[in-house]
Amino acid sequence: MPKPVSSDLSLIEPALDALADTPGSLIAILQETQETYGYLPMDVMEHISERTGTPISTIVGVATFYAQFRLEPVGKHLIMLCQGTACHVNGSELISSAITDELGIEDGQTTEDGLFSLKHVACLGCCSLSPVMMVDGQTYGSLTPDKAKKVLRGLAAQESEGGASA
Amino acid sequence: MRVVIGEGSCGLAAGAGAVHARLSELFEQDNPTGAELGITGCNGMCFLEPIVDVYDDEGSLHRLVKVQAKDADKIHAENIDDYLAHGGYQAIGKVLREGMSQEDVIAEIDTAGLRGRGGAGFSTAFKWRAARDAKGDRKYLICNADEGDPGAFMDRAVIEGDPHTLIEGMLIGAYCIGAQEGIVYVRAEYPLAITRLKKAIEDATARGYLGKNILGSDFSCTLRIKAGAGAFVCGEETALIESLEGKRGMPRLKPPFPAQAGYWLKPSNINNVETYANVPWIISNGGEAFAAMGTKDSKGTKVFALTGKVVRGGLVEIPMGKTLREVIFDIGGGIRDGKEFKAVQLGGPSGGCVPASKLDTVIDYAELGATGAIMGSGGMVVMDETTCMVGMARFFLDFTAKESCGKCVHCRLGTKRMLEILDRIVSGNGEEGDIQKLEDLCYAIKDGALCGLGQTAPNPVLTTIRYFRDELEAHIDEHRCPAGECRELITYSINKDACIGCTACARQCPVQAISGERKSPHEIDPALCIKCGNCKTACRFGAVVVR
Repeated sequence: MPKPVSSDLSLIEPALDALADTPGSLIAILQETQETYGYLPMDVMEHISERTGTPISTIVGVATFYAQFRLEPVGKHLIMLCQGTACHVNGSELISSAITDELGIEDGQTTEDGLFSLKHVACLGCCSLSPVMMVDGQTYGSLTPDKAKKVLRGLAAQESEGGASA
Repeated sequence: MRVVIGEGSCGLAAGAGAVHARLSELFEQDNPTGAELGITGCNGMCFLEPIVDVYDDEGSLHRLVKVQAKDADKIHAENIDDYLAHGGYQAIGKVLREGMSQEDVIAEIDTAGLRGRGGAGFSTAFKWRAARDAKGDRKYLICNADEGDPGAFMDRAVIEGDPHTLIEGMLIGAYCIGAQEGIVYVRAEYPLAITRLKKAIEDATARGYLGKNILGSDFSCTLRIKAGAGAFVCGEETALIESLEGKRGMPRLKPPFPAQAGYWLKPSNINNVETYANVPWIISNGGEAFAAMGTKDSKGTKVFALTGKVVRGGLVEIPMGKTLREVIFDIGGGIRDGKEFKAVQLGGPSGGCVPASKLDTVIDYAELGATGAIMGSGGMVVMDETTCMVGMARFFLDFTAKESCGKCVHCRLGTKRMLEILDRIVSGNGEEGDIQKLEDLCYAIKDGALCGLGQTAPNPVLTTIRYFRDELEAHIDEHRCPAGECRELITYSINKDACIGCTACARQCPVQAISGERKSPHEIDPALCIKCGNCKTACRFGAVVVR
């Protein structure tokens, strides 16, 4: 379970004002919550429960049912590695090993420095570019293990440069 | 002259955004002929992305039989005027201005023989009549755009490239069943599709094609988008409705069917994107013109997402009745890298693998069903000799076991037990009798599961048993993977005669398992090798051998 933290509950108020009384809006509220906080903090879900009158068990039930929702914060760069059929046939497993080899994290984990998270996702829908990964919304296609590592090294290098100049 | 850049998700992933930026710059600097720069959605040729089409004043190329993707390559996805200029909203205009009754329209759909394009192939006219006849003060028309099959992206292309066609098709459907509200359930993984559809709905509302008293008639209808949150089972219609109501997407028991008690227990009709997108064409051109294409029981065209080990992957729209061979070899250009065709996977996790001996099967709901696969929503993933069919079956079971919602025992536990058996087979620990156990579980799950996800989950395994039993037996009896893919069952070695000692493989090996002097044959230490395949990818001389 996520660690207890105290989130700024006022951030979610506008979404609750708009949606709290609309029947069937729980998923939309949780999507807004994740958009706002980057994940679904437990105290915010408890707040949603109070505001909407929906039992917390129902809220956590929905939050854990759907792949989109995260109960813990993610790293700065989110790597979404496609596990679709076309990517599988074209060697996504090798890409997965390469990422694990490079960053030391597996599906669902975040690097210790908080820079990268790896998430295996269902089809990203760019099958003709398979195997594919998406990092921060940018798609990288026709990957080889080597190419995937280069992309990650490039991002890591940008980070250390950014850190030096800041 | 008009210059059009393909900016669907595929195109953007391949770098169309940068191409656009550069072209814009050039056009600003110098554009003596006053050429226009436009964008469009996917034009189907994903293997060539990013693509820029140049149209002179004479017209354009037409590559495929196009019905619903009509003039997609001429249509600016974000511009309603382009859609209107190419006959857009004339079908709903015809329905409302000519005073066609609900039954007139449904009869036309019936004549067309339109069947659901989402997978099951149920008669659209039948569903619409049932929803129309159901009693209720409010009715809903829902579009299933939760395109969850891994390896399929037909619906995304329609929404990104031609969203107004979907809106118009839904309007006609809403008119037929008497719905005042339409909802499009789009999967969250398609942000671009959501953005474009949102804009299209706003534009259509502003022009009076959505809202109150459409085109001056008594018919009123609004449309809204609901973003899914990532659950394959939500492609099942009753699970989708649960999700629309903000709950966990778990299927309901049927009956009652959604036509009787759907969204908020009101009569609801659900079709997928491609089904609705066919409707405006049918109304404009007549049901008979649509029925003229295809086979006796499968009319019109179907869009397939052709991917995998094929030369030209992308979206293809073909009239029903063509053979799998024509699609894969004539349109798709056959198998990449001169390899042998092994199988084609149709219908994703609910479908099956069709072997080479069945390549002349025609694309028709019943004919494809007879192979053990299904028409499905249009995923067509091609596999060559290097794809392990047991591994493929395991891949799909892993998917369905993870996506099983857990409501019924057969699906929740049955898929898990099947996955365990397949796991031990691919790791070389298969036992005698495992094939029989798999078959028994398959039929038990097919009979006992609550919804379509569970009932079809065994299909990939059943087709593997039916067509690739020898591969299963090789894994179980000989601990051998004939395709050379299952890691626990293979060894990598270097063919000394082919190796020139370039050291490319050794440099790529993450565990330093490859040794050898420069310009002399290298060697792999099997004790160190982790079978990552880097050396095989790196070798340009085909010297790395997998057994």
